[in-house]
Amino acid sequence: MVESTIHATQAIVTLDVPIQGIVWGSIITVNMWAKSIGTGVVFLAAFLWFRHSKDDMPNLRWIMPIIAFLALNVFLFFTLIDLHQPYRMIHIFTHPHWTSSITVGAWLASTFLGLVSVLMVIGVADAFPSLGGKKCKVTAAARNNSAVYEKIMPFMVFLAIPVTTYTAIIMAQASARELWQAPTEVMQMMWAALMAGSAALIFVSGSWSKEARKDLALVLTIAVFFSFMMYMSEYFFSFKSSEAEAILEFVHSGGAYNVEFWFGMTVGFIIPFFLGMSYMKSENMTLLRFAALAALVGLFFVKDVWLKIPQMLPLS
Amino acid sequence: MKLGFLVDLNLCMGCKGCEIACKVENEVPLSTWRLRVKYIDLGTFPDTRRSFTPLRCNHCESAPCERICPVSALHYLENGIVNIDSDRCIGCAGCMMACPYGAIYMDPETNTADKCTYCAHRIESGMMPACVVACPVEANIFGDLEDDHSNISLYIMEHKGAVQVRKPEKHTSPTHFYVGGGNQTLNPLAHQRIEGYNLFNNITHLDHVGDKNHGILDRFLAPFVGHEKPDNTSFMNSAAATESHEEEGGH
Repeated sequence: MVESTIHATQAIVTLDVPIQGIVWGSIITVNMWAKSIGTGVVFLAAFLWFRHSKDDMPNLRWIMPIIAFLALNVFLFFTLIDLHQPYRMIHIFTHPHWTSSITVGAWLASTFLGLVSVLMVIGVADAFPSLGGKKCKVTAAARNNSAVYEKIMPFMVFLAIPVTTYTAIIMAQASARELWQAPTEVMQMMWAALMAGSAALIFVSGSWSKEARKDLALVLTIAVFFSFMMYMSEYFFSFKSSEAEAILEFVHSGGAYNVEFWFGMTVGFIIPFFLGMSYMKSENMTLLRFAALAALVGLFFVKDVWLKIPQMLPLS
Repeated sequence: MKLGFLVDLNLCMGCKGCEIACKVENEVPLSTWRLRVKYIDLGTFPDTRRSFTPLRCNHCESAPCERICPVSALHYLENGIVNIDSDRCIGCAGCMMACPYGAIYMDPETNTADKCTYCAHRIESGMMPACVVACPVEANIFGDLEDDHSNISLYIMEHKGAVQVRKPEKHTSPTHFYVGGGNQTLNPLAHQRIEGYNLFNNITHLDHVGDKNHGILDRFLAPFVGHEKPDNTSFMNSAAATESHEEEGGH
């Protein structure tokens, strides 16, 4: 009975419109996931070139920008289709509002994609000398300016940092959602980029030296470990905000998001951690590829849950 | 000039006159609200009472929606109103994610964000907002906060200790105030939403944001081929296809 089950201090909503539901859904998850790959491979390429000679990773110079180009296009495509007025995307460039991370991010990501395209053209033209024949002006210009690649690359690494993290600032600016806090989200985005970048490069590292592959495995293992620790800290110990606590209580109590979260955590973080560690002892490439695949799959599910759950909380 | 709103919850009787007036004045589509009145039941039987809280955009002085809007579709007017330009809006829903009060919705007819503008078009013509005019008990008090002699300033001074805003911890500096409210009415975490305790238990939840009949592909094709405008019938049809929640134990 109502009178015996409801505490006197508790109030019950008896008439209100339903909450709006999931506004930013899986389209945004794909957006974030693809961007992690697109910027992550740039970080990893820079790290590997710093640690090893280019001969240790013979295909990295051309395949890295191709992966980044494809991933960034997926990211921008999903950004576009999430808009309710997609043709007005141009307003971000014609009427920019610079306090918005969405605006800053769109400009940075577009610049980044432009530079990745330059790297891709030069990298591919250099790697395949017969491509385009003698008459192709694009490949000829690319080969003539081959040194531009190495000049752009350091700038790309620095640009990749805000491109990776600006989504975290968007989430921080979404001040209605207490679960998304700037410091943790920024670091989660960085770890996600290192996870996704190393995982993506593992698939194309068949011809690389063992040392270079071990470095990939090491980065993947470290990234999943620290990312896992951050998620766990947030998941169990978000006591300081009553809203974040209420959101997480909703997931703790079970249901579809609880299952999705722990599935993602197991597949994307726990399994790749142990497989990555095993690789460093066994050097079994199949294990490493499986770890990379699992990390990419799990990362998607965890990001999806983390994106959606704060939207389940009524704001009024 | 800084326009503000104050609602005296001691006077509000939950007639929803303001809600209807707003709907009519601004042609707010079905399934969306610029202003709504929430009912909350307090206490334990037989010592119970029902509280009514009109909820609308708070026109914050430090508005998160204005800050996150990538194209300045949400912008300040000189009188402090946070206005929205639906012709510029790109429909990214950033404002919906930023507003701590859940005051912004995606208009299913224009597929752009929309919200209460304090009836900026009426104010421009020297009229009061529609909800103020419609309120039979004058619970809605509207005016210039910078004018010490305006109704709202006098009301605030008279009720100094009892004036509250929603979620002050968000540091948004709302220009929308309440008198007679309490934690249970203004804090969404201080009350429960229990299935079956709704005044109308046969409630249909529309599971879409914006126009349900305007999918991703339609968004790209609409400028060239147009799309069917949703009307009451289309909403009734979508309601029939959506799960409804009917529980015992209601009123």
